[in-house]
This record gives sequence, structure tokens and C-alpha cells, in this order.
Amino acid sequence: MGIEIRADGLVMTYGDVRAVDGVTFSVAPGEFFGLLGPNGAGKTTTLEMIEGLRQPMAGTVRVGEHEPWKREPELQRRMGVQLQSSSFFERLTAREQLDTFGALYGVAAGRTDEMLEQVGLVDKAGVRTEDLSGGQKQRLSIACALIHDPEIVFLDEPTAALDPQARRNLWDVLRQINESGRTVILTTHHMDEAEALCDRVAIMDSGRILVLDTPAALVRGLDAPVRISLAPGTLSLDAAREIAGDDPIDDTESSLTITTRDPSRILTALAGRDALAGLSVKGASLEDVFLELTGREYRA
Amino acid sequence: MTAFRALARAMLKGFFRDRMAFFFAVIFPLMFLVLFGGIFTNQGVSKAEIIQVGPVAVLDDIPKEAAAYFKDSLEITTSSDEKDALEQVRKGDADAMITQRGDQLVVRYSRADQVKAATVQGTFQAIVQSANIAATGQPPRFSLTTDQVEDDSLESIQYYTPGLMGWAIASGATFGAATNLVVWRKNGLLRRLRLAPIPTRSVVLARVAVSIAIALVQATIFLGVGIALFGLRLTGSWPMIIPLLVCGTLAFMAIGLLAGAVAKSEEAAVGISNFVVLPMAFLSGSFFPLDGAPGYVTAISKVLPLKHLNDGMLDTMVRGEGPSSALVPMAVLLGFAVVVTAIASRLFRWGD
Repeated sequence: MGIEIRADGLVMTYGDVRAVDGVTFSVAPGEFFGLLGPNGAGKTTTLEMIEGLRQPMAGTVRVGEHEPWKREPELQRRMGVQLQSSSFFERLTAREQLDTFGALYGVAAGRTDEMLEQVGLVDKAGVRTEDLSGGQKQRLSIACALIHDPEIVFLDEPTAALDPQARRNLWDVLRQINESGRTVILTTHHMDEAEALCDRVAIMDSGRILVLDTPAALVRGLDAPVRISLAPGTLSLDAAREIAGDDPIDDTESSLTITTRDPSRILTALAGRDALAGLSVKGASLEDVFLELTGREYRA
Repeated sequence: MTAFRALARAMLKGFFRDRMAFFFAVIFPLMFLVLFGGIFTNQGVSKAEIIQVGPVAVLDDIPKEAAAYFKDSLEITTSSDEKDALEQVRKGDADAMITQRGDQLVVRYSRADQVKAATVQGTFQAIVQSANIAATGQPPRFSLTTDQVEDDSLESIQYYTPGLMGWAIASGATFGAATNLVVWRKNGLLRRLRLAPIPTRSVVLARVAVSIAIALVQATIFLGVGIALFGLRLTGSWPMIIPLLVCGTLAFMAIGLLAGAVAKSEEAAVGISNFVVLPMAFLSGSFFPLDGAPGYVTAISKVLPLKHLNDGMLDTMVRGEGPSSALVPMAVLLGFAVVVTAIASRLFRWGD
């Protein structure tokens, strides 16, 4: 185990569009790395160059000592890829899909049962993929990516179009994959997902990496105020003004909110008055970092 | 090798579990065979209906052998009302009316059905001639013997089976390759396979093997039904249809790959395949012979692979020609496959 990914100055253009414009980063063995960005930011193209689907027009990418676009079987056996759409053979059952992918990697047939177990699809083994739910399909496609026990796993938006339960369920599967020592590279639109799973994230836009750090460091770096909310009626507006001082107050029918950069002073004062009913304290999230960096305007 | 086998198995299962694909590749063409077989087995044109008004001496006097022949082609009823009989002919309820006025045999017919009109005229011409000869009291000097050139067994089913089978195999291979390519490109499976440690050729070879297997299954079912239900008889070098089918499948797969490379969606791939295969089947004589077709049609048909497959199959499986008669069609089919595959590979994309 232990294979490092190094991308250095990657460039890919489609016509006049510089889809990827000088991307440099590296991923350490065993790391859970997130690639974030709005649609068209260049995440998928970047990922494709690392996977070996595209040769960079400029710059280099190395996975261990290999250049992935040369598609050397030794390297391909060490990488597992789950593509953006669920790429299955038509009209095969879950078990048959795993058997087929297993055969492509020269894996013994026993792995299929192991994988079905790992992603919780044992009782769906005989069901055709067309009849699986969205979450089951995603879990199966991850199982297909893991069938040959790869060291690096690429996941392209694995939780897109899943309901919250299926998403959380898949997170557990992804954590297990990473905890077993594999490097995981993930692209996603969901900032909560990146925050919950990734050791480090890179936020991309217009083909460039804007920031790259741990999610916690990125949020701290934003230096955003904290929002402290109480149930309505817990505190009179006058009392709130007294506590808040210069900090802005927002009093609505559903809650009273103080936005502050000095939460400990406010919270101490509230506790002193025993006015903590319905208390919630919200700091900035990775989503705020993302929107701060990539802008809030809607992009079609 | 394991990759090839795994892929071929996956594709075969996918095909046989796809009821629509199976229907259009096997059942649908078979329906045409049953239909054509049913229509053309008793090829005898239905009898011409004649109304005889009053006594017609020549009809009553014809010799026995001739009477039997007339019975096969004419259905004679009698009537005494000439006006009413004429009206029936006009309306198409009867094909002709005959009556005798002195030594004149009068035949009134409708031109609506030209074949029957010709039958009626010819038949009565012959009746009058033989009556004239009989009247001279001399034995006839010339006689006529007829015999068809084909083997006695070359009934219409012998013609339709190879043609319809060629059409079925052309559809199966074209549609299979086209939809397979588009679906796998769109759902990302092509790219997924590209990242697996297998050579691209095992994917291609698996598809070729599966298409050939499907073609052989189609042929087996077709010949089985033809022989069992319609008295199809295979002649001497019929096993040559196997290499012919292999070459044909390659040619049609090439068309399918081209359609799949151009098409943006599965629907478009099916549409393009249809647009190519159906006219090709007509122009290749799959449904009816092209003997009477104008020169430009035969010229077009020469560049169509199905025409050559049909010719090769007709020669070897029903016309009783030797195995070498399949060689030229096979060479043409392979050449077509090479050229069209080369074009398709230039337009090929791994993903969208």
C-alpha cells in the first residue's frame, strides 16, 4: 500500500475553452481528498487526466511512477474507478455485474459475495440493476470499483440524486473504504459531504484551484461571524440589545438571532440570565467558503 | 481470454433478456416468413370465373384431358340472362362472360384484373384453335412441352427463406452494434472498460463473437421453420451459408458501428439503422425478386452488402451451386466491412 498522486500544471483545452488551466496538487497515500467546484469548473476533466482517460495537453500527472494516460495494466489494477453515471451492463443482476467486472480484473469469483456484503446488497444479488433504487445502484457501482481491491479509488459525484438516508448510508461505506487504508478521491457538489468525509479539499473554478486545505482550516480562514439563535420569547428585545451591544439582532416570529464575532461573551451573558431555550449556535460551513470563493450568482 | 469470455457472456445475456431485441431479430422476420410462406405456397392463381350464356358448343366438345386443365383455371357457371351476366362482369363479380353466336365465340371480359383477362383470352384462343384443328379432321402436327428450368423444388419458399433470413441477420447485427455502442458510450461503460486492465480488442472481439452467435441462432431458427413448416429443401453446398453469414455479420456490424458513432442517442441509433436496413432489404431483393427492376436499382443494389449475402445464400442453399459460388460474395462483404469500419473508427468516441 502507498501510492502518491502528483499533478503538476495540468492543462486541458476544448476549442477555446481552457477547461483545466494549470492545476497542481498532490494526494498522499491513504488520504481522503475532495475536489469541489461548480458545474464546469474542470473537476471531471482533472479527474479524467488522473484516471488515465485523457492525456494532459500540458503539465504532468504521476500516480506512483506511472503516467496514467499510458494505461499500463499494472497501474490500472491498483486503481478503482466509479464513473459519474452508473455504468453497468444492461439487464444483468447485481451479482452478474460484479462477476463480470471481477473477471475483467482477473479476480476470483469469491470476491463477489464479499463485495455484496460490504455494500449491503446481499439480498439484492439476484436483482437486475435496472430494478435497483438509486442508492443501491450507487453502492453497487462502488462495489464494482472496489472488486479488485484497489489502492486508489476515484468517486465522481457518488451521492448525486440520492435521498438523505441513502446519502448517509453511502457515507458510511465511503468512510470504511478510506479506513481500510485506501486513498479516496471524490468529486461532489455537496459541501456537507466534503466536510464530513474529506481530509483535504481543493475548491476549483474556471479550471483553476482556488484554495486547497483541510475543511476546518478553510472555514476558520473565512473568519465569519457566528449566529446565535433562541426560541422566540426567551429574551425580550431590550434585554437582547443590552447583551448584544453593537452586534446586529434579527428578531423574527420563529427566532431571535444575534450575529457576533465574540460568541463566548454573548453565551456567558445568556447563561447568566438562564435564557438558553431553543439555543442554536451556527458557525460558518464549507458551503460559505465555497460561495465566498465562487460567487453566489446563479449559473445556468 | 477471461475478459473476452466475461464480456461475451454479459452481452449475450443482455441480448437474450431484451425481449424487444429478440422479437425484432427473430420473431418479427419469422412472421414475414410465415406470412410469405402462407401466401405463396399454393401459388395457383385463383380460378377465373366465367359465366356461360346459352349453349357453347366448343366448351361441350373439348377432349377430356383439356377439360381437366380448364377445370383448374376456369370456374364456369351458366346463366340465361346475357344482360345480367355482363353487369356482373362489369362489377367484377365475374371475370368474363361467354356466349356463342353461330360460329362466333364471344368473350366479354373486364380489364380490371389484367392477369385474369389475359388468362381468359389465352384460354379461349386455345379452345377455338383446337376446335378448328379438330374440325379439319387432321391430327395436330406440332406439340408443346413445358418444363421450368429450376430444380423442381424451387418453389417460392426457396426464394423467400434466404432473402428474409438475410434481412433478419442484417437487422440483428446492425441494430445490435449500433445500440450497444451508443448505450455503452452514454452510460459510461466504454470509459469504464477503457480503465480496466484489458486490451481494447477483447471488447471488440467479444461484440463480434456475440453478433455472429446471434446470426447463427437466427439462421438455425429460420431454416428449421422453413424446413419443418414450408417444405424448404437445402441443396448441395448449403453449409457455405455459415462463412457467408460470418462475413455478412461483419459487414452489417460495420454499418451499426457507423450508425452508433454518429448517433447521439439510442433512439437516433435505431432510427439511422432502420433508415439503412429497410431500404437495403428492399433493394437487395429480400422481399421480392429484382429481376424486373430498372437498371439504376440493380446498380444501387450492387453496392449493398445484403444483396451479395442474399445472392450467395441463394446460390449455395437453393440453386444448388458449388461452394466456390460463395467466395465472391464473401470477399465483397469483407471488403465492405473493412471500409465502413475504417470510417466508423474515425468517428468513434469513448465518451460524450
